[in-house]
Amino acid sequence: MANIDISEREFKHYPPKKKKIKGSSIITFIFLAMIALAVLVPLYVIIVTSFKTLDQITLGRIFDLPTTWTFEGWNKAWSEVCSGMTCNGVKAGFFTSIKILIPSIAISVGLASITGYALALWKIKWAGSFLFVLFICAFVPFQVIMIPLVLITAKLGIYGTFWAVAIVHGVLSMPFLTLIFRNFYKDIPPELINAALMDSGSFWRIFGEIVLPMSGNIIIVVLILVITGVWNDFLIGLTFGGFGAQPMTVILANTVITGTGAVRYNVDMAAALLTALPPLIVYFALGKFFVQGISAGAIKG
Amino acid sequence: MPEIRFKDIVKQYGYVTVLEDLNLKVSDGEFLVLLGPSGCGKTTLLNMLAGLVEVTAGEITIGGKDVTDLDPKDRGLAMVFQSYALYPTKTVEGNLKFGLAAQKLPKAEMMKRVNWAADLLQIQPLMKRKPAELSGGQRQRVAIGRALVKNVEVFLFDEPLSNLDAKLRTEMRLEIKKLHNELQKTIVYVTHDQVEAMTMATSIAIMNQGVIQQFGSPDDVYENPANLFVAKFIGAPPMNIIAATVAIKGKKILATHAASGVSMDLSKYDFAHKPADGAKVYVGMRPEHFAIGSDIAGKEAASFDLPVLYAEKPGSDGNAYLNSGDEQIAVRIDSAMVKDLQGANASLKIAFPHDKFSVFDAQTESRI
Repeated sequence: MANIDISEREFKHYPPKKKKIKGSSIITFIFLAMIALAVLVPLYVIIVTSFKTLDQITLGRIFDLPTTWTFEGWNKAWSEVCSGMTCNGVKAGFFTSIKILIPSIAISVGLASITGYALALWKIKWAGSFLFVLFICAFVPFQVIMIPLVLITAKLGIYGTFWAVAIVHGVLSMPFLTLIFRNFYKDIPPELINAALMDSGSFWRIFGEIVLPMSGNIIIVVLILVITGVWNDFLIGLTFGGFGAQPMTVILANTVITGTGAVRYNVDMAAALLTALPPLIVYFALGKFFVQGISAGAIKG
Repeated sequence: MPEIRFKDIVKQYGYVTVLEDLNLKVSDGEFLVLLGPSGCGKTTLLNMLAGLVEVTAGEITIGGKDVTDLDPKDRGLAMVFQSYALYPTKTVEGNLKFGLAAQKLPKAEMMKRVNWAADLLQIQPLMKRKPAELSGGQRQRVAIGRALVKNVEVFLFDEPLSNLDAKLRTEMRLEIKKLHNELQKTIVYVTHDQVEAMTMATSIAIMNQGVIQQFGSPDDVYENPANLFVAKFIGAPPMNIIAATVAIKGKKILATHAASGVSMDLSKYDFAHKPADGAKVYVGMRPEHFAIGSDIAGKEAASFDLPVLYAEKPGSDGNAYLNSGDEQIAVRIDSAMVKDLQGANASLKIAFPHDKFSVFDAQTESRI
């Protein structure tokens, strides 16, 4: 009898234990519901409006569902709305934003991971002071250094191109991201790095073969931060993009704010949704890793 | 061939001097164990040899070459770490290969060495696995393999067995010893476990508070401890130490234990310098040298009759702890006796042979 297989055990059914709902949890629930509604109600209005015809919108009654569902607003927003003199829709801005996004990811993640690795795992003179400077840099508001940066990019001959926007994004996010990477790498056991120092001793080889493959989680965290940050940015794009490299947010603002004639709410709403969509998709795709990445930094196995 | 020398090594952390004027020589092919309690500086010494910790002052030479300021990879060493430090994202094979990263070998030679180490350590079936999929003992083998592939003359071990369970530890101990016999390389091995030190070492350096207390063969360290610290550190249970006063009567040198009044004849002890009459000394007695019961008769020995505090049986032998008045005295006994001595009011007659004493100066605590 002692060696009975677990799967052969007789299954007994136990009724689930009933929990009483406490007063405090009701209050918590109401509080959370209110916060959720504050976001969900406007979002609902935006979504239904984007699918309505202009005729129905003029009736008011913003909470009604569309009587006839139409993609007209979405089509116009994507390829026809005007920003200034050009009328190519937010589509043009979408591709500019992508062009800005890719180099700024490369610059910020590349610089920050290597700097963080060097600061965390190598014995470097003045590392403490350098970290302090980075820390200060991470908290200098962009508006303070905006005008000098414009002059610098103009001198470099890249002002008004997507390169200017990308480089400014990359450089500005570098201090904060470096701190994130450094804190993550600080948790790598010192014996592992000592072993690598004895085996190889090469700065780049240890980074490429040992440290980088261990940074999957933190890179996803940083990617989400960078993608949402760059995509949702308006000010840097407006300031450094000139007319040649306006990201999606700038196009959106131009169409919504300076549209002439009757306001086409369905087109505006669709344009706003189109602009907001990419970071959302990234977040849903990588969100699971994002949570993992944050906890992986906190408690390391 | 490499001979490792530490010359006047000083190590300071901030204003704390951890090691001061330390000198040590490790001959070629030797299995040196650095033994000591935690915080004694043994790991610091090993890390300085490896180049992972900077030397504040002094010089380290390997085979006559000054390596004090060389990078770790240029010193011709291989190291096995306490936590194994395997690269988690690499397979076992990848781990072994990365061990050769600094050597820039042709592919064929690399594979030859990796396969040689894998065969030697019997990890061939594990080659495609990641470290997370290995047991503790397997990880330990891989860590040793990663050191072996380098084909260097000096191997460093930093408490490599302390994360293993008792059974595996014994197995790996024998295996490391076997490797040393086969390969005849110099090994510097850090541990706080005296069993590892006694069984594996060809020489032991016992450290305490950054100072090498004694350097010698395991037998030497065990039989002739240089001072009280070594005497109390080596052996399980350690050497019994009792305070006594010397009385010189003609040719005889006697030492009287104050608490029990027993007098011990130290005439047969090989004094480096003879103590004066009335000098305070510590007399050391190994637990296994005591004679018990019927064995006592007819031998020249100092005999005690002491109450038993408690008796235990850790394995094949038993230990009895006796109350001598001030210090308790541990005695190795036959395990069959343990039961009898566990009752209340038990007492035991023991005798210690005159030629087995260790004597230490009460002031300097060193052997005299």
